[in-house]
Amino acid sequence: MTSLTSDTGNDRPDTATDLLSVRDLTVEYRTDTGHAAAVERLSFDVHEGETLALVGESGSGKSAAAMALMGLLPPSARVSGSLRFRGRELLGLPERELRAVRGRQIGIIFQDALAALNPMMTVGDQITEAVAVHAPGLGRDALTERAIDLLGLVGIPAPRSRLHAYPHEFSGGMRQRVMIAIGMANEPDLLIADEPTTALDVTVQAQILDVLRHVQERTGTSVLLITHDLGVVAGVADRVMVMYGGRNLECGDAESVFYRPAHPYTRALLDALPRIDRRVPRLTQIPGQPDPPGRRPRGCPFQPRCSHALPEVCGTEIGAAVRLSDLHTTGCVRTHEIALATDRDIALATDREGDAR
Amino acid sequence: MTVPSHHPAERALPPTPRPADKSRRRILVERFLRHRLAVIGLLILLALMICCYGAAWVAPHPRNAQDILTGALPPSSEHWLGTDDLGRDYLTELLYAGQVSLTVGLGVAFLSTAVGTLVGAVSGLLGGWIDEVIMRITDLFLIIPAIALLALAMQTLSPSPVTIVLVLAGLGWTVIARVVRSQVISLREKEFVQAAQVLGSSRTQIVLRHLLPNLAGVIIVNASIAVAAAIILESTLSFLGFGIQPPQSSWGNLLNQAAGLVGTPKDYLLYAPGVAILLTVLAVNFLGDGLRDAFDQQSRQS
Amino acid sequence: MGSGKVTEALRAAPAPEGRHSEGRGAQGRGRVGRSRQMLRYAVRRLAYSVPVVLVASFVFFWAVRSTFDPLTKLRQARDPGVLARESARLGLERPVLEQYGLWMKAFVTGDWGVSTRTGDRAQAMIGSALGTTLQLVGWAVLFAVVVALAIGTYSAARQYSAGDHLLTGLSYLGVAMPAFWLGLLLIQVFAIWPREQFGLEQPPLYFVGLHSPGMSGVNADYFRHLVLPVMTLTVGLIASWSRFSRASMLEALNSDYVKTARAKGVPPRRIFLRHALRNSLAPFVTVVAADTALLIGGLVVTEQIFAISGMGRLFLDSLLAGDVYVLLPWMLIVALAMVLFNLAADLGYALLDPRVTLR
Repeated sequence: MTSLTSDTGNDRPDTATDLLSVRDLTVEYRTDTGHAAAVERLSFDVHEGETLALVGESGSGKSAAAMALMGLLPPSARVSGSLRFRGRELLGLPERELRAVRGRQIGIIFQDALAALNPMMTVGDQITEAVAVHAPGLGRDALTERAIDLLGLVGIPAPRSRLHAYPHEFSGGMRQRVMIAIGMANEPDLLIADEPTTALDVTVQAQILDVLRHVQERTGTSVLLITHDLGVVAGVADRVMVMYGGRNLECGDAESVFYRPAHPYTRALLDALPRIDRRVPRLTQIPGQPDPPGRRPRGCPFQPRCSHALPEVCGTEIGAAVRLSDLHTTGCVRTHEIALATDRDIALATDREGDAR
Repeated sequence: MTVPSHHPAERALPPTPRPADKSRRRILVERFLRHRLAVIGLLILLALMICCYGAAWVAPHPRNAQDILTGALPPSSEHWLGTDDLGRDYLTELLYAGQVSLTVGLGVAFLSTAVGTLVGAVSGLLGGWIDEVIMRITDLFLIIPAIALLALAMQTLSPSPVTIVLVLAGLGWTVIARVVRSQVISLREKEFVQAAQVLGSSRTQIVLRHLLPNLAGVIIVNASIAVAAAIILESTLSFLGFGIQPPQSSWGNLLNQAAGLVGTPKDYLLYAPGVAILLTVLAVNFLGDGLRDAFDQQSRQS
Repeated sequence: MGSGKVTEALRAAPAPEGRHSEGRGAQGRGRVGRSRQMLRYAVRRLAYSVPVVLVASFVFFWAVRSTFDPLTKLRQARDPGVLARESARLGLERPVLEQYGLWMKAFVTGDWGVSTRTGDRAQAMIGSALGTTLQLVGWAVLFAVVVALAIGTYSAARQYSAGDHLLTGLSYLGVAMPAFWLGLLLIQVFAIWPREQFGLEQPPLYFVGLHSPGMSGVNADYFRHLVLPVMTLTVGLIASWSRFSRASMLEALNSDYVKTARAKGVPPRRIFLRHALRNSLAPFVTVVAADTALLIGGLVVTEQIFAISGMGRLFLDSLLAGDVYVLLPWMLIVALAMVLFNLAADLGYALLDPRVTLR
């Protein structure tokens, strides 16, 4: 297998604007029957100051990829490939040096803030711990002031008085703000937000996304937003990468991916979203179930569920990514044929709809 | 609309076998068998039961075959565990004593599980003042130390295996009743039970079809704990002199007789009954762990 | 996309959701509010347990009364008048409930009666027995907590290592070991055999009582007596507590908040102590307190084997002698100890876990 996919995510040469560049990242778990890859030959870049959204269903490998970035996968996981952060290879870095990166250069926010915050430590202690670990010389007062600043940054009212409260004394949205404060404690270059809004009410979701954007504007950090919810992506992301079955299926600037989706899976995802701007007889769903790691087909992981799949083309090794523009690539080798076919389908479907009425 | 709602069937992979397709019981058995220690425990327990209950055929010597002239002899090829003061083969004695110990353990577990489950389920289902009264009664048992209660009861009643089973079960049901009650209460609030209520299932139907199957795991695991606890309590009572009385014997009672032999040449009589108790309790505990894991995984998956 | 619009609208004002929306206790409710809450809870719990203790002691009173005759010794007396007079004095002809009331009144006023077995005042006997038992329990719990925490922490840190497997195996043995047999084995191994092997006059560790005749105080003699009974007691405690500690430690180590701490770059040592160990302590303390409660009246076997005059042995001796005036207060004291320790368990949990609200 030659490294054909390595240019899937980004095909410009490494430049100073590449904060993180991931190449051929593979995460495998040992199972009863051998090895199962949660992430397979994944490549992408995160540029300075941008927000890249990693979109995929649960089990698509997006969280495993994030944990690989943090070096926080369980020991049973086997990681290969390359993770270069500011030009420095993170994979294989000794634990001690990785610890200096974690929380300082790369911060992370988890989905369920109630579980992710220590229930027996005050919020203030948990924030100051994040700061103190990387700034051992800082005195108590300075730490406290920093914690108050951080709580203010994420929009928690009366931060000084909230320092001594415990996580359970906060509401869900407030807890997620605390998580962001911890993730931003040392103003990292990259903030990974792993499903930051999934556990929250819809109205609160928007607020949290807003806090993220606010924080990003203030500090200039890059954000890697991991989500299964395309709706979350729309207002926030500069670029979008769609993952399925541990692989990158499509990657591009948000506008291209949303308005000119190239991969059948991306289209299916978009069609499954409720729309208010168009009358649709009913929401479509993608038939079938994603295959678990270890049972995935050769070639394109989506082909068992894809209506456009041709076994002789899609079932072989995954081909070179198709470049649609400087920013937009897709892993679907039939992109151009499908695009032609779809235009015809739409015309036909509209006709049929008219007839049925 | 680019995603077709029809999908060529031949392209779908063969459906992966899902747990729901297999019978519930088979999954349980498979999971249990994967727990190596539990299987070992089960085998040890079966072996012990066969040897003790089949003592008439297994034991190397007839029961109570005395040889007062030889008296107590240390272990030899003739008498693997030696002989006691009356010249009886100790292995034979041990096997027959095991009948009583095992019977008490199993009997107590069965009785206290049956009573405890019933009372706990009633308490949890009905609630109200019945629940209150039952729970206060179990509170009483928590306040007085078990061994004192048992000793007092055995002092009052005539000590026989039957009274021991009754007295131990009289204590043991409270533990199981509490567990079952809390399970019933949490199940009562679960969606599937409430759905059944809304659909108009009768109370009996709900109990039989929804509650009992879900309680099975807790009940079986606690029953195995009860076996171990009963065997230890019986031997402790007998050791203190409140349990099985000679000429009947149990492992605890054998230890009671051997207790004074510490530091004497006859101290070999001290080891075998203790090992027998230890082995039994160990085996039952392994078994219980295996059962718990099997049921735990099931409840986590469903 | 739907939420894009919402975000748009809110962009102008990144405001929080309401003021302190769910934020219960800000700062003020902190220490003071919590300690008052705990005190109120303690008082209510004690008040609730009074009827339970009363009913339990009445049942016990009734059982003891219907089993034993406090006048056994007088039955042989030549003068039937003595019997009648004593019977009247004790109120034996009255209904059981009334007798119980009389006895309770005397108990509360400090008149616990006199032992028919030894002729000593019950109060003094129970006082000294309780002191002895508390010594045993204190040492045993102290030792067991330290060892169990060490084992649990080690096993959790090195899960599935050879050491973990060995310790887990030993804990299975320890839990299944009947205490009385263990006591006998310990005597054999640590007292009898060394004496025989090395031809000593005295065994290295004693196994009768807590002091040699004529000795007292905390000295080498005391500890030589203490080791074997404390070991007998602690093997089971260490086994079950270390398993508990290992399990709750592992739960903490596998929790999301430990993942957060690692993502913050916190060194493993600090994660272990500050996050995992600290958080596993609350359930551990509760289990220890609850088990300790059981020990107060439950040391019958250990005290019997090592001839230590504590509560357990006092109970056995009194039971065998039908010594009603010791049995009754014994039960009440043990029940009260149970109530107090269980209360301590709950308060300890609330003290260590800020999420617990006592109601």
